[in-house]
Amino acid sequence: MRGENLPFDKKYDLCQPFQNGKGSAKPKMTHSPLTPGIVPGRLPAEAYARNFGDHEPALDRHEARVAADRCYFCHDAPCITACPTSIDIPLFIRQIATGTPEAAATTIWSQNILGGICARVCPTETLCEEACVREAAEGKPVEIGRLQRFATDVAMGKGLHPFSRDAATGKRVAVVGAGPAGLACAHRLAMHGHDVVVLERRPKAGGLNEYGIASYKATGGFAQAEVDWLLRIGGIEIRTGVELGRDVTLDELQASYDAVFLGIGLAGVNALRAEGEDKAGVRDAVDFIAELRQATDLSQLPVGRDVVVIGGGMTAVDAAVQSKLLGAETVTIVYRRGREKMSASAHEQDHAVQSGVRIIHNAVPLRVLGNGKAEAVEFTYTQDGPGGLTLLPETFTLKADQVFKAIGQVLKGAPDNLVIAGGKLAGPLGKVWVGGDCAVGGEDLTVTAVAEGRDAAEAIHASLMS
Amino acid sequence: MANLASDFIGIKSPNPFWLASAPPTDKKYNVERAFEAGWGGVVWKTLGSEGPPVVNVNGPRYGAIWGADRRLLGLNNIELITDRPLEVNLAEIKEVKRKWRDRAMIISLMVPCDEDSWRDILGRIEDTEADGVELNFGCPHGMAERGMGSAVGQVPEYIEMVTRWVKKHSRMPCIVKLTPNITNILAPAGAAKRGGADAVSLINTINSITSVDLDSFSPEPMIDGKGTHGGYCGPAVKPIAMNMVAEIARSAETRGLPISGIGGVTTWRDAAEFMALGAGNVQVCTAAMTYGFKIVQEMISGLSQYLDDKQIAMSDLIGRAVPNVTDWQYLNLNYVAKAHIDQDLCIKCGRCYAACEDTSHQAIAMSADRTFTVKDDECVACNLCVNVCPVDNCITMVPMAKGAVDPRTGRKVGDYANWTTHPNNPSVAAE
Repeated sequence: MRGENLPFDKKYDLCQPFQNGKGSAKPKMTHSPLTPGIVPGRLPAEAYARNFGDHEPALDRHEARVAADRCYFCHDAPCITACPTSIDIPLFIRQIATGTPEAAATTIWSQNILGGICARVCPTETLCEEACVREAAEGKPVEIGRLQRFATDVAMGKGLHPFSRDAATGKRVAVVGAGPAGLACAHRLAMHGHDVVVLERRPKAGGLNEYGIASYKATGGFAQAEVDWLLRIGGIEIRTGVELGRDVTLDELQASYDAVFLGIGLAGVNALRAEGEDKAGVRDAVDFIAELRQATDLSQLPVGRDVVVIGGGMTAVDAAVQSKLLGAETVTIVYRRGREKMSASAHEQDHAVQSGVRIIHNAVPLRVLGNGKAEAVEFTYTQDGPGGLTLLPETFTLKADQVFKAIGQVLKGAPDNLVIAGGKLAGPLGKVWVGGDCAVGGEDLTVTAVAEGRDAAEAIHASLMS
Repeated sequence: MANLASDFIGIKSPNPFWLASAPPTDKKYNVERAFEAGWGGVVWKTLGSEGPPVVNVNGPRYGAIWGADRRLLGLNNIELITDRPLEVNLAEIKEVKRKWRDRAMIISLMVPCDEDSWRDILGRIEDTEADGVELNFGCPHGMAERGMGSAVGQVPEYIEMVTRWVKKHSRMPCIVKLTPNITNILAPAGAAKRGGADAVSLINTINSITSVDLDSFSPEPMIDGKGTHGGYCGPAVKPIAMNMVAEIARSAETRGLPISGIGGVTTWRDAAEFMALGAGNVQVCTAAMTYGFKIVQEMISGLSQYLDDKQIAMSDLIGRAVPNVTDWQYLNLNYVAKAHIDQDLCIKCGRCYAACEDTSHQAIAMSADRTFTVKDDECVACNLCVNVCPVDNCITMVPMAKGAVDPRTGRKVGDYANWTTHPNNPSVAAE
């Protein structure tokens, strides 16, 4: 049951290649981790369900009660301050402890309408749980994230949606982007009685919840289930396959709606600026993750034998770990600076290492080697000093038939006439508000996007009603 | 290893830990398991008169309240005295006592309130070679409706009368078990003493309803939709029990009357506290019912270690705190303390702040970085912050030295002086 406590090789089936010869035939496995190149089916069929199952199992009722008992109900609690959406954590935990997880969920959702996915993907170890006084006291914080998941799961399981719409205002708002920021904005606007149309360029709503995060963090189609649940407020119409700039312009939206919210995320990807970047086998990590998330049969998803991931964030970790779980023989993350500079949390880094991923710090790629397709990557070591990063003369080469670029996403497709500060959008400007990853400020976290979407909705509401 | 051998009113046991009269001592099987685990003695579950035994309910007998992680804090029960035939109990008591000579074997008794009934039962138990009897004047449920148990224990004259009968018709040492369901424990204790009791044991259980089922609207434990008050015991009742023990130990009328302390004893510390307040030994039930008989081993090792560390004998511990139990009017009003928060231990939860700011004296300051400090000019040393702080010893009460100026009152800390001489005391002013 408690898979997180098992050694990785017990928890996941990495199918050590040498076991294949030991009798027990694995009939559906067409390839093994040792098969060269980018191929599907490196693992026996049954391994995929296990490897991509729930990363951190849900608390059952008893476990939740025990975990909730540990909360001290702090005054002006530091966990609330640490939460970008300022959920009243001590209150919701007390509501769990007293047997009313439905009330707990209402407490959570009233601040963070995507509290379910945030409970799964938030780096709680650097947010609420880092601030928990029991982290200071014992190094063991109250399990806030898992308790939040317990409460929201119970309430969603009962079909509760404890919000309703205010009297219709007759105002119409366009929300561009159905990611966390856009959905949070849309829900709050709908609650205040406005009619909302959400435009989404992809085939499904959910944004990075649907296309971006590791599969084992949101199993069972949770991202879509949460979108469906959110839409139960009413008054929100989602139009997929509509892209700003291609299918509709900002000017048109401003002309047709009383206000516009842009939560368009960061659709572009930074280039490596390394020689040979265009070789086959080199691709953006976000595309790989999106493809993996949408795959109906993971055994059909190809992955390299020797995978190299370049970058130091959550995307790099998600791509690397999932490559390993798909059966790659070796997976290496290479990051240009030291461990402490990685934007993936220590918890995420540990997870990667425990999953069998090697992390090399202080190195940058010089060139991708190979005849037309990637075969290896040559790196040079770096030194991070006060004057910035300097390249050292010593180089090394890693075997790589697949290379993932995860060195950050950038704004793409934003209307030219918007103020762009530091490569991001700044608002509000006239009838246009912005929020989420595309906006200036904040960390690129789901929970931050939710907070920005919610707050923009309140600002739009205040503006429309003034 | 300190000597824990106990001699309580002439009844010897290898340690002062007895199992109280209750389900754990209802029959040979349990009592032998208890002795194997190391218990010093047992008070056999209460015997009634000869004849058809009492019957018990066939649904839940216990209700409970719990603390964090479902730690059982209080238990109540609606079980009656033994529901096994008298002859079976007597035969087993005799058998067990013969096998376990070094352990104390006390028989708890409850029969109708007439001399013949008592004379008869005392005659019946004589042959068991038990070490003594305990008169159950305490049970608050069931038997009390039939004029026994706490129905006797709540009337001091009855206690005195029955105790006299027992001393008249039996050679055995007699312990009178007192009910706490009274207004002043000294009245029944004094009556027991006047009747010739060799000792009192207390407390029996407290009238209680542990919870109400909010679907069926029945008190718990629920029997077919109804509930009745049961007897409450366990850690939650210990403060009530200890006060009653101390009152008997220190009052002029009852001082010197041996006391067997009962009520929430769960660890060696609880036992040591009861003994310091005057109990010659302790009786345990709920802790055994919660954790099993093995807990006595922790009690034995803990009390031994404590006595060794203090370099005192068990007899030195008994009653050692009694002289320090006093009336409010004799407390030193010139004793001034201030709360002190150890910043190294503080985990910044702010509970002290919430408690003081919302419900006390606004004597704790909170800075922007969540540093909590005591405002000495507001602090009355009420101790609430200490009690709500989750970290042991983080907040302490520091006494001010004599002659120092209390920043709250501007007055110097003076010599001992109490309410009896205080200028605000009307009876002093009248003089």
